[in-house]
Amino acid sequence: MIRVHQLSKRLRGEPVLEDVNLEVPDGSCVCVLGRSGAGKSVLLKIIVGIIPPDSGQVSYENQRLNFGALADNRQIIMQTGFVFQGGALFDGMTVGDNIALPLRERTNLSEQEINERVGRVLSRVGLAHSVRLKVRELSGGMVRLVAIARALVTEPKYIFFDEPTTGLDPLLKERVLGIIKDLSRNGRSVLMVTHDLDFARQIADQIYIMKAGRVYLVDRNVKKEDYE
Amino acid sequence: MVKFIWFLLRSLSPGWNIRRTMPRFSEQLYYNGVRAVPIVVFASVFVGLTTALQTGYQLMGIVPNYFIGMGVGRMLLIELGPVFAAFIVASRSASAMSAELGSMRISEQIDALETMAIDPYHFLCLPRIVATTISLPILVAVMEVVASLTGLMAAQALGISREAFMYGLTHFVEVRDFIGGMVKAVVFGLLIGTSGCYYGFYVEGGAQDVGKATTRAVVLSAILILVSDFVMAALIFSR
Repeated sequence: MIRVHQLSKRLRGEPVLEDVNLEVPDGSCVCVLGRSGAGKSVLLKIIVGIIPPDSGQVSYENQRLNFGALADNRQIIMQTGFVFQGGALFDGMTVGDNIALPLRERTNLSEQEINERVGRVLSRVGLAHSVRLKVRELSGGMVRLVAIARALVTEPKYIFFDEPTTGLDPLLKERVLGIIKDLSRNGRSVLMVTHDLDFARQIADQIYIMKAGRVYLVDRNVKKEDYE
Repeated sequence: MVKFIWFLLRSLSPGWNIRRTMPRFSEQLYYNGVRAVPIVVFASVFVGLTTALQTGYQLMGIVPNYFIGMGVGRMLLIELGPVFAAFIVASRSASAMSAELGSMRISEQIDALETMAIDPYHFLCLPRIVATTISLPILVAVMEVVASLTGLMAAQALGISREAFMYGLTHFVEVRDFIGGMVKAVVFGLLIGTSGCYYGFYVEGGAQDVGKATTRAVVLSAILILVSDFVMAALIFSR
């Protein structure tokens, strides 16, 4: 269970998040829905410890993130995977090296085991033959799928998605939907921020709607009027 | 300045794995060291020629000719070699590091490292800073050798014999001159690597801000080279 308690954050003097409370129960998929500038991405980055909040707490299984000493959170962060909106892949590396990076840096797995895992996870996202491609040779949709593969390769317990469907064609959206549904079915906890109401309704066990940095509504069956 | 020093100490702090860092370090050593050799050699040719011509112009006829060799040698070892090579590496590597890390920051690649529990200071900055610190003394040595040879050529063109030039170059240059120049090169390398990484690592905004960070990195490197050159000259070469 991830618990976010009374989180507030100001950037350049402007409030971005105000007293945000949120819960992600184990094995569930929670969506944070909101328009651009609602504070969704900042919320996600605080939850994974990239940005410290001004006040409030984030805890994983009752273990609090220590924003003063991020190295202390290593054990928690090693259980997470993060899919960035733009992919955040290393463009000088191949697809395979990008995906293998967390395994090479964090584990003592042999190269053979790493390659097997990379192959498995690439098959899972439907890019089994792309392992040797350079990132600059990929389309936008493929970048997103490789980013998902990199987040999944360490088999994390918690997976975070920042706008996973932006710019994807309907077919790729379906594929991402299938991947996230699979994750939930396999007991992973998913937290996703998006502005895609239809996508959120298809997948979420709980939806939080954010407006101007505040959680405005918590519901499973959000209507279009609620969002607007 | 406090943040700059903190950044340097944080990047060099313990907790990194030598086996995992070595490939990235080798890559940086190749880019910042080996790939810089042609431009350093090219610059050295003219540094040596000009130094010998200027020294000859000022001293010939006033002092014995071997003083020209001594002047060229000591100037190259103490001052010109380390400072010229440092400026070349600063303009080449500090700008590249700042632009690269800045682009990585705005495209969230540095954030991605943190979400993978990979320390971005150790992953990105440590290999670059160490590679610059190690490669600059080697580049300075290359510059000193090449510039001495072209200095000899210029001296011969002025009518100074090879024997006289080499006598001054070899008999009046002290070990302290060479070591002092190398110490300067190590410090310059450390400052150049840190400046390049520092501005790129903390970029906020977009492409325009990456450009500004790159300019700042080169300007700061140049200022730090000059200031630290003075401080080290006072410490090492004051009698």
